[in-house]
Amino acid sequence: MASFWSLWIIILTSITFVAMVWVLFANRKREQQPTDKTTGHEYDGIQEYDNPLPAWWFYMFVITIVWGAAYLVIYPGMGNFPGILGWTQIEQHDREVAAADEKFRAMRDRYMALPVEEIAGDPAVRKMGMRMFSNNCAQCHGADAKGSYGFPNLTDGDWIFGGTPDAIKASITQGRQAAMPAWGTVIGDQGVEEVTAYVMSINGREADEAKVAAGEKHYQTYCAACHAADATGNPALGSPNLKNGIWLYGGNIEQVAHSIRAGRNGVMPAHENLLSEDKIHILTAYVYGLNQ
Amino acid sequence: MSELNSALEHPTYNYKVVRQFAIMTVVWGIVGMLVGVLIAAQLAWPALNFDLPWLHFGRLRPLHTNAVIFAFGGCALFCTSYYIVQRTCQARLISDKLAAVTFWGWQLVILGAAVSLPLGLTSGKEYAELEWPIDILIAVVWVLYAIVFFGTIMKRKTEHIYVANWFLGAFIIAVAVLHIINSLAIPVAMTKSYSIYAGTIDAMVQWWYGHNAVGFFLTAGFLGMMYYFVPKQAERPVYSYRLSIVHFWSLVAVYIWAGPHHLHYTALPDWAQSLGMVMSVILLAPSWGGMINGMMTLSGAWHKLRTDPILRFLVVSLSFYGMSTFEGPMMSIKTVNALSHYTDWTIGHVHSGALGWVAMISIGCIYHLIPILFGRERMYSTDLINVHFWMSTIGTVLYIASMWVNGIMQGLMWRAYNQDGTLTYSFVESVAASYPGYLVRVIGGGIFFAGMLVMAYNVYMTTRKDVAPQPAPAAASAA
Repeated sequence: MASFWSLWIIILTSITFVAMVWVLFANRKREQQPTDKTTGHEYDGIQEYDNPLPAWWFYMFVITIVWGAAYLVIYPGMGNFPGILGWTQIEQHDREVAAADEKFRAMRDRYMALPVEEIAGDPAVRKMGMRMFSNNCAQCHGADAKGSYGFPNLTDGDWIFGGTPDAIKASITQGRQAAMPAWGTVIGDQGVEEVTAYVMSINGREADEAKVAAGEKHYQTYCAACHAADATGNPALGSPNLKNGIWLYGGNIEQVAHSIRAGRNGVMPAHENLLSEDKIHILTAYVYGLNQ
Repeated sequence: MSELNSALEHPTYNYKVVRQFAIMTVVWGIVGMLVGVLIAAQLAWPALNFDLPWLHFGRLRPLHTNAVIFAFGGCALFCTSYYIVQRTCQARLISDKLAAVTFWGWQLVILGAAVSLPLGLTSGKEYAELEWPIDILIAVVWVLYAIVFFGTIMKRKTEHIYVANWFLGAFIIAVAVLHIINSLAIPVAMTKSYSIYAGTIDAMVQWWYGHNAVGFFLTAGFLGMMYYFVPKQAERPVYSYRLSIVHFWSLVAVYIWAGPHHLHYTALPDWAQSLGMVMSVILLAPSWGGMINGMMTLSGAWHKLRTDPILRFLVVSLSFYGMSTFEGPMMSIKTVNALSHYTDWTIGHVHSGALGWVAMISIGCIYHLIPILFGRERMYSTDLINVHFWMSTIGTVLYIASMWVNGIMQGLMWRAYNQDGTLTYSFVESVAASYPGYLVRVIGGGIFFAGMLVMAYNVYMTTRKDVAPQPAPAAASAA
């Protein structure tokens, strides 16, 4: 902060302190005995005694003022003056994080040295992983990790971006963007209806045969690039398998048609700035273990 | 005392505007507290928002806070300040027309809030959610209020200005400054504006306003009330003139610094946090000065508490005031704040002030005023005032005790961690554990609200010309 503003703060604070002390001492009565004399003023029948300030109250006030002044010497407060301890909240945070790191380093190093597959069944890891999951992941994926509308189930063995330890770890660390483009303007309402019919048919559901045939043509032109010619999806692109009966955005005709017409955007946030590497390692083991 | 009164020559006072504000205090108290009970119930049973956007917690919560602070508390302040300033200055309000404009203007502000907040129109600033057209209306009404109040002071017939008027004057000036500076915004439409401040500065201005809404609206203003009605109801002189000087000047000088304690351990620079905390702790003595002066005024009149439930309202409100002004400085200490911040403890603290202090002293004052304003000897039923007193006290205690338990439990649960360094509880577990506290809060708030209905009935019966007051208990009639 500019030294003008620093000075401004110091002066205003000092004036406030001095004024408080002055008001307090200037109105202190030497005589400490209670009085039954009034000030002589009267307002609508209300009179005022001129009793001395209660001693305990007076000293309480003095003590808080002295304490306040001392605090501003020890801690930051007077503008740019950092306080004799040099304390800052950032430094306190870093210190506490470092202490925690130190405390848990041995355990962390032990787990970091082992591959995910090996620690996934370890009861201690599962316990830790579950707690981290409930604080960081459960808001979207559910406390039981079974997901909900728009948020994938992590226990069903179906993986949009792959279920290997490395893929899971990458999903947690960097996050994921799953973008399904909107096809409504490209293939029109009829096109959407036809592709929907085709998707229904490959899931063994009833659909008009003519529409299915037309829909398959559209599918091979527009959809196969991501979802694969056989509709089994492509984890490298995050495009889901369309024929295993698992629907992130619902599997009835209207929902599927809506996905095709308007597209979908799935976002898994990156956690690399939120969780340390060792925590992500343990969390990966937990999520991986949910499917073992 | 009555001899003294009759010995003075009274001008005729403007009681009409006082009467209007007194009645609306009761009405808005009922409305604001009903919304409070509803949102408290929503936290216990979320289905009570009925899936309607305008009944959603996020929209009704600001409606509740605005209704109880600015509608209920505001009307109580207008009512008592117009009464006090006339009686203690021995002068009629300078303009009946301007006073009427402040009444209708303020009701319009409240109506604007009651419509716009459920519609989701908000500036997003806590306790200052109203959008810019309403903000401008508030500023205009407030300036007129200041003109009426200070104009009346200027033509007073008494030599000095009574202490109640110092506090009311400080409240009026500070609220004008706070409201105008915090609400500065750039409008983009009739219903939308953006604050002219950004980031941390916006947060700091907001909490400078937010805490001084507590300090000047809910404290200085109500201390003004206290300084008139406590000595009046107790029929005793004020305890210490010099104490009122010291605590008045220190209160107004120190409160204005306290805002940053709402932003501990945030992006706010360390120096601002420290100053906010230091001044908040120093604020303990100035705050207690008012409590001591009120309480000690009763020395020699304590026996009246046995028979006078109005005095009981006033004294218990001072006790709650003392309690919450001890709690506040304590919670502003960073180490305590690290536990209490963002928990229900804060909600409990606010309500020990809002229910225990602000509401109970207002209720006591209104009970004192209604018979005078409507030309009756006393309230219709003293027994019902007593019933209301106990409902308010029990309701407040249930409310704040449940929030203390919830708050401390939440704070401890959030910071608990295991041997392996992971958090012991997930957030949702702390929510589940809070459920019993939420139930007790609904009960406590419900009892307090029901007490307001008892009051409304009592007030209504008092205003009816054809109903005589019930016989007062033998001892009370002397009071």
